[in-house]
Amino acid sequence: MATVTFTDNLQRHVSCPTVEVPGGTVRDALEAVFTNNETARGYVLDDRGALRRHMAIFVNGVAIGDRVTLSDVIPDGADIYVMQALSGG
Amino acid sequence: MAGEPPVTPKHHPDTRFTVPYRRLRDGLKGFIQRGKSMSDRLFVASRKGLFTVTRRGADDWQVVDAAFLGDNVTIVYPDVRDGWVYAALDHGHFGVKLHRSCDGGKTWEECGVPVYPQPPEGSEPEINAMSGAAVPWNLKLIWALEGAGPDRPGALWCGTVPGGLFRSDDRGTTWEMVRSLWENPSRKNWFGGGLDFAGIHSICVDPRDSKCVALGVSCGGVWITEDEGATWSCRATGMWAAYMPPDRKNDPDIQDPHRLVRCDDHPDAFWVQHHNGVFRSVDGAASWQEVKNVVPSTFGFAVAVHPQDSNTAWFVPAIKDEKRIPVDGQLVVARTRNGGASFDVLRQGLPQSHAYDLVFRHALDVNETGDELAMGSTTGALWLSNNQGDSWNTVSTHLPPIHCVAFA
Repeated sequence: MATVTFTDNLQRHVSCPTVEVPGGTVRDALEAVFTNNETARGYVLDDRGALRRHMAIFVNGVAIGDRVTLSDVIPDGADIYVMQALSGG
Repeated sequence: MAGEPPVTPKHHPDTRFTVPYRRLRDGLKGFIQRGKSMSDRLFVASRKGLFTVTRRGADDWQVVDAAFLGDNVTIVYPDVRDGWVYAALDHGHFGVKLHRSCDGGKTWEECGVPVYPQPPEGSEPEINAMSGAAVPWNLKLIWALEGAGPDRPGALWCGTVPGGLFRSDDRGTTWEMVRSLWENPSRKNWFGGGLDFAGIHSICVDPRDSKCVALGVSCGGVWITEDEGATWSCRATGMWAAYMPPDRKNDPDIQDPHRLVRCDDHPDAFWVQHHNGVFRSVDGAASWQEVKNVVPSTFGFAVAVHPQDSNTAWFVPAIKDEKRIPVDGQLVVARTRNGGASFDVLRQGLPQSHAYDLVFRHALDVNETGDELAMGSTTGALWLSNNQGDSWNTVSTHLPPIHCVAFA
């Protein structure tokens, strides 16, 4: 299992409470969230399903390497944070 | 595009005004005129929110409401067919969203947004000629929203950056890309001007026939469909581009019309504020004539045309492309009433000293009477005129930078 937490700045637009999801990859974890919260998908991922340019995802404090297919493997018990990147201003 | 087949000019406008069309048009006008509460409102989309402005007296307007405060509202479209209002937001980090209101802007709900399709398997990246960047198959900006015609209730067109046109038949719940335009080989010649990629900013539905639609594309020229999007042709013959080498300056599909508008009652008449000047067409965009004598300058973004008189149009000149500020620090509106033969310079009520307001392409609007105009600037000033621009009343000088004004 892994815990997914979203930036507070996103909550103003769409409710994204912290949830526990099964492990696997970052993609698996996000799909588990968005299956029950489809509106949130477009706020985090772009038309191609890649991480939006000015979003960042950290797994146990480390930024993910694959922002396109989200293939980074999640260790069991990981903390995943979906954040705004400072690059977007 | 040099090999584009010649375009047959359309008939005189009135010859195509069929009885069903007249009924639709007159019905729509009656609806607009009856709906006094609608014509007394103006929506202002800005960098930090959407504002509702209402009339308190003949020439007295006031900001009365705000929505999406702090958010970048890139365009607003009040649909006079049914009273719904649409607002596009660009959240930056979180992407582009679309919201709609069924009660004139009192309450809002998020609806669908256009989604670009998957590129073909193994396809080579398309390169934007001006920047060398690959064209993303991703929604970057909603830049145009229009109703698809009085006989298409709830149907909308949406123009976007990086160049996709989308259609919704359910008031924005779902969208479908118009693949015939996106896959047109000429579309790959488009490129970004002020933005990184090309975009569709103007959509003009022919009031005689909703299947006929004209698009303004920066930088991609003027595109026409006469079969509701099944096929397209580029019609920018007569325009020229100073930003291109001499042997390509007349190519239709690289032209940069900053804004395209069409006269309601004479739909074969178009005006364009182009990167290089002002152009006019009176033959359904088959040909364009340059209008050189706009004063005090021919550069700008916005243009509005009188809904009944195609010879009357308004522009908001700036010095030139490298100096996007009013000439001599004096904000003026240029108006022609004779098809561009001459222009009046209108300045009463507008700042005439150290004014550096720029009026973006969607930030000048004229209402159905042809007498009332609204204008918003990059420095957050909003003016209205009830006498075709002869004089202007200041509503505010401290709104956020204004992207779009639209009478409702």
